[in-house]
Order: sequence, then structure tokens, then C-alpha cells
Amino acid sequence: MMNKNALKLVLPLIAIGLCCGADWPQFRGPMTNNVATSDTPPTLVDQESIAWTADLEGRGASGPIVVGDKVFLTCATGFKQDQLHVLCFDAKTGKQLWDRQFWATGRTQCHNKMCVATPTPASDGKRVFATFSSNDVVCLDLDGNLLWFRGLSHDFPNASNSLGMASSPIVVGETLIVPVENDDDSFTTGLDVKTGISRWRIKRPRVANWTSPAILKPSADAETLVLLQSSEGVTAVYPETGETAWKYEQGAGRIPSTTVGDNTLYVPSNGLTALAPGSSSEPPKVLWQEQKLSPATASPLFYQKKVFTVNRAGVLTCANPEDGEVIWRLRLKGPFSATPIAAANHLYLVNEKGLLQVVQVGADEGKQTGEIDLKETILATPAIADNALFLRSDQHLWKISSK
Amino acid sequence: MQRSRFLFCFLCLFSAVSSVQADDVEQQIAKIKQVQKEGQGNQAASQAVQQLSQADQSALIPILSSFEGANPLAVNWLCGAFETIASKAIQQNKLPKEQLEKFILDKSHNPRARRLAYETLIKVDPEATERLIPGMINDPSVTLRRDAVQRLIDQAKELQKVGKKDEAKQAFQQALTGATDDDQVKAIVKPLRGLGEKIDLQKHFGFLSDWKIIGPFDNRELKGYDTAYPPEKKLDFSSALKGKEGEVNWKPVNTEDDYGIFDIAKSISPYKGAVMYCAADFYSPGEQELEIRLGTPNAWKIWVNGKLLFARNEYHRGMIMDQYSVPVTFKPGKNVILLKLCQNEQTESWAQRYQFQLRIARPSGTGVLSEKPEATTQLSR
Repeated sequence: MMNKNALKLVLPLIAIGLCCGADWPQFRGPMTNNVATSDTPPTLVDQESIAWTADLEGRGASGPIVVGDKVFLTCATGFKQDQLHVLCFDAKTGKQLWDRQFWATGRTQCHNKMCVATPTPASDGKRVFATFSSNDVVCLDLDGNLLWFRGLSHDFPNASNSLGMASSPIVVGETLIVPVENDDDSFTTGLDVKTGISRWRIKRPRVANWTSPAILKPSADAETLVLLQSSEGVTAVYPETGETAWKYEQGAGRIPSTTVGDNTLYVPSNGLTALAPGSSSEPPKVLWQEQKLSPATASPLFYQKKVFTVNRAGVLTCANPEDGEVIWRLRLKGPFSATPIAAANHLYLVNEKGLLQVVQVGADEGKQTGEIDLKETILATPAIADNALFLRSDQHLWKISSK
Repeated sequence: MQRSRFLFCFLCLFSAVSSVQADDVEQQIAKIKQVQKEGQGNQAASQAVQQLSQADQSALIPILSSFEGANPLAVNWLCGAFETIASKAIQQNKLPKEQLEKFILDKSHNPRARRLAYETLIKVDPEATERLIPGMINDPSVTLRRDAVQRLIDQAKELQKVGKKDEAKQAFQQALTGATDDDQVKAIVKPLRGLGEKIDLQKHFGFLSDWKIIGPFDNRELKGYDTAYPPEKKLDFSSALKGKEGEVNWKPVNTEDDYGIFDIAKSISPYKGAVMYCAADFYSPGEQELEIRLGTPNAWKIWVNGKLLFARNEYHRGMIMDQYSVPVTFKPGKNVILLKLCQNEQTESWAQRYQFQLRIARPSGTGVLSEKPEATTQLSR
């Protein structure tokens, strides 16, 4: 029988699943931990698993998100990628429902590998919030009606990065958390979901940063915290006020993001660091650090009481979350920019060349059970919803599902 | 008589309803255009944009017209409403195509509004492209002009394929007159030079190529960025100054690079932990609101006539043409541009670049030349 403490931890997940209808409402899913709450995409896949393909224009490395029966994503068109698009598709058919276009008010220069539409949008179930490398923030209802617009680089001209911004926003309660961390005017801000007006704005380390926030909810009755990662470490803040709850200050990576599993943080720091959360009165506690688990671009994953990372060579490593000891490794075809995602005892990893690889998680080994070659550059992290996978490249959006 | 009275009443009522709708559209637009930085006006604008989005297709042209005088934030709010209304109008087959085309052809309208109108029109009338684009080679809209340039490039390439060199050359030359995007300029210049044409890209883009330069001053531990060395206080081109490595003097320099790149590391010295100051003159025939467009991988500050315009404390995140666009108002006659360029102490191979390029352009991207080049510090070539 599930004990009371375990039940307390599971209840929030169930609540979120019920509330969102198993939506994938933001980067790395409903709990920002790369895991689907209830959906079961296919585990044996081949080219026949492609349910539909939708055409896209311009460039986009943002992941798709799924809310109800709609898929949302962003792209950018024009020579300078200064025409920003928020698009909506029918999740069942792949039919485009609407495309709303806006003009960048901030800088659009970015590294060739990136693009202006790199941050993944977020949703609270009623609205879609799209951010772009130009630091423009668009809020639309699910039918494509504009609710509000903010241009954070227009407001703060030195909030920008010549290599591009990549951090994705998350929405917690009535606050949209938007990281705008860069070399000069570096901050993270919390915006009112109804109006876009700032609830708070906090200074952040003045160094380029491409990580995305994570959600930490230690128990059902504890207040949700948002984890902000930078080169200096991890800061836990209250989403409604931006006030700091606690800090980890031993440094961290600037690309792969912190992942939470079983009330433990897995931080790309000194390889990979397992961290017990702090509190307003106590600092966080380092449980272990392991260089062999250092992630590359993709964020770490906690799933089925195991920790997973992918290195630059495309090797998937599975480790014991208690001590960081390696349990097994599996060489896949890399490299990977997209973060691996998990459901139904399987991991789904898509490499930069568009090869989707499915791995069954075992106690002693990982076993590849299928692959689909989409033949296009894919940098965006996929979504899981409607018992399916949704992946995108610059040119296409695909749904992968059982027939 | 009763029928006439009824008809009269109906017309009055209809007129009143139409009047209310039109007034309502204008009121909502006015509220939207009041949005400012940091979310000021957002609450009222959010209500207004949702109401405006419920309007019918008769609101489309007033919305487009309202782009004039709207700040970049308000333009996007207006875009949102326009697209929702246009989407419904297209579904109902009620898009006012003739009015949109007329709006597009009127070059006095806001360029982004015209582009939005164009992209909407071609959704239902793809042939509009061939009717409208050829006449836009010198259009104020960057994107409409780009499409016109691309059309000529494609045409020139086809002519070249069938051996019509003279006609191809003419088409490329015409395309170049409207080209300001780097990719298109390169696509034009390469074949033109191959056909024997001499092209001055510095002049085409408006790059400043004649500079006075002084330094190095100390930027070890990045402290130089915030240190106001003597050139920031007074520009005296005849005095020797104390620099990082001893006494330093202003020296004239010049670049012949097509894209106006002056490479300090290669042309002078690969300084590290250093600050250099670069000064140039720009002669304007009258007061002009233009843009300084700078590309550099180094941290920088820029002054015009002693006034600090902008600064960016970023090192080695890349360099491209027009990386930074800074609005500037030039006064009639001589204007002095002062650029402070900082190099850090990073040792990585990709962190050794110490260079810049700077051009003067209109907001539409076309280059603007100094009107008195013979009076600059230009060296004999």
C-alpha cells in the first residue's frame, strides 16, 4: 500500500494531470521534468508510426506544446527572423487552425544553430504565452485572440544576447516567469498572466545563460518554488513575489537545465550534482557529485527511480539516484540537443539529424526498441500528449502515434 | 406614409449602429496606442484589443492606418487585432481586397502596416504579388523591397543561364539599387564582378572607412569599460595621452574592406585587456534622424557630438553586419562620432577578435553617405 508521504507526492501530479487533461503545457512537460504524467505514446515505432505531418515556415527550435486538442509552437520568418509567429494546429488532424504574426521589438541576431523562435511556449490551460529570442512576449487565448504583448528588450535595451536567447518561460499560478539572462542587463521577471504587467523583476548574474526554469513542489502542502539556474548555481524563488527562498552557489552549467525527481534536484554542476532542497532557514545539501554524469546540451532526466544523462558522444548513461553510481550505458546515434523525454517505461530521444530513438528502461540495461528517421535537423525537445509524440523541425511538425 | 416613416426610422437606427461601431473602433485603437514601456497601459489595452478583435472587416483599414505614430509595442497589439479580424474576413469571403491593395500602394503609410496588408492580401489573391512587387525596388518597406530585389535576382540568374549577359548585368545592377540585406547583396555582387563591374560596397552600405584611433588604455579585469579615459572628456587630436603601455597619440587609419571592417588586432596590434578609441566625422546636409549600425564582437560605447548614445558590455558573442542599431539625430554640418572599443583578456582562440564596422543608415536600411567626404580625415588612396 502506498504510504501517506508517497501519496502526498503523487497527488499533485494527479491533480495536474486531471487539471491539464494530460497536457504538455511547457518546456519539459507539466512538471518541467521531461516526464509525461499519464500518456502512453507508442514504444514500437517505425516510419508507419507517423500519423500526420504539417508544414511549417521560417525557422523554429521551440518545442511544441499541447493543450487539450491543440498543438502550439512558434517560428520566425524573414531574413532577420524579425517576423514572429505563434501557430496552432489540430492535434487530431494536423490541420493548421491559426497563425498570428508579430514584429520583433528587440534584437534578432543569434547563432546559426539557434533561431529567434527557440524558447518553447507555455500555457496555463486558458492562454498561450510565447517568448522569442528578441525577448518579445505574446499572450493569446487558445483561439488566437491577442490578450497582451510585452517587448522586454524594447523596455530594457541592453537585455539581449548576440548569440540569441533560449530560455523558455514557465507559468505558475497567476505568474509567467520569463528569464532574460545575459551579459549586460540581466534579469528574470514574473508577469501577471492576465495583463503582462510585471509582478516582480530580479537582477540575475551578468553572464549569458540559456537554461530554463524548473518547478519544485516538495509536498502537496508546500509552496511551489521556481528554480533558476545560472553560472553561479541555482536560486529557488517564490513565483508570486520573486523572493529568494534559498540558493546553491557552487556554480552550474549555462545550457542543460536542472531537473527535479523525488524531491531531489539534479543540477548540471561539477558534472552532475544531486541536491536536497533547502528552506528559508537552511541551505540546500549536496548529496553527491559525479563527473561521469556530466550532461551536454540535453537536460538530465529522472525517471523510474533512475537518473539519465546524455553526453557529447551520444551515450545515454543510467545511474543510481542514491549515489550517482553508473548502472548501465547505451551508445545511441547522437549528437542530441533535444532533452530526452519519458513515458510508459521508455525514453524518447531525437538527435540533431532528426533520428528518433526509443529506449526501453531496464534494471540492468537499456534496450532500443525502435527508431524513426525524420531526416531533418531537430533541435527542439518533443512533447507527449494524446498518447502520442509531437516533434518539430524548421519545416515540419509531426505526430507519432499508434494506428 | 407609414412605410416611408418605417424606412426612415430603420435608416436612422442603422446609421446609429454603424456610427457607434466606427466610433468604438477608433476608441479601442486609441487605448491600444497608449501602451508604453514596462507594461504601462497594458490593462486598458488588453480590454481594448479583445473588444477590437470582435469588429468586422470594416475595421481593417482603420487599424492599418493607425500604425502611423504607434510605438513598436502598440504596433504588435494592433497586429494581433488585425490578424484575428482578417482571419474571420477570409473565412467569410469578406476581405476588402481592393482597399488593401490601395493601402499597400500608398507608400506614405507605415511600412509594417503595408507589409501586413500585403501578406493578408496574397492569402486570397496570390496574383497580387506580380502586380505589386515589381514596382517596389526602392520601397520604404524593408520586406517589400526585399521581395522586389529577389525577383530581379532570380530574373538576372535566368538571363545569365541563357547567355544574355548584358541583360543580366542590367537586372543585377537594378537589383543592387534596392538591396540592403547582406545575403542579397552578395548574391548580386559576385556575378556582377564576374561580369567585369567595379562595385564600391563601402559606399553602397554607407560604411565609415576613415578613422582616427588612439590607445591602448587599460581594460585589465574589465575595469576599462566603466573608466572614463581622457578622450571621453575632451577630444583633442593633437595631444599625447597616457595609455596602458605608455604615451599614445591619435593616428589616422583607413580600411578598404568591402564591409568597412577595421581590424585592430591585425592592423595595429592584438591588444588584450585594452581600450581603444576611434573617432570619425559625419557631415550632414541638415538635421537628420538616422541610425548608426555597428558590428563588433567587443564591448563598446558610442558618443555623437559628446553625447553618449548607447553602450553594450558584451564580449565575443559574435559579429555580424548591423549587429546593433542605434537611433541618432545628426545636426547640420560636422558631427563627431566617438567609439570606445574594449577587448577583454580571454585566451580562447575565438576570443581574440578586436574589430568593428560602422555605417550610417536610414531605418529602412539604405546607407547614407557623409555629404562632405573631402573634409574628413581621409587618407590618400
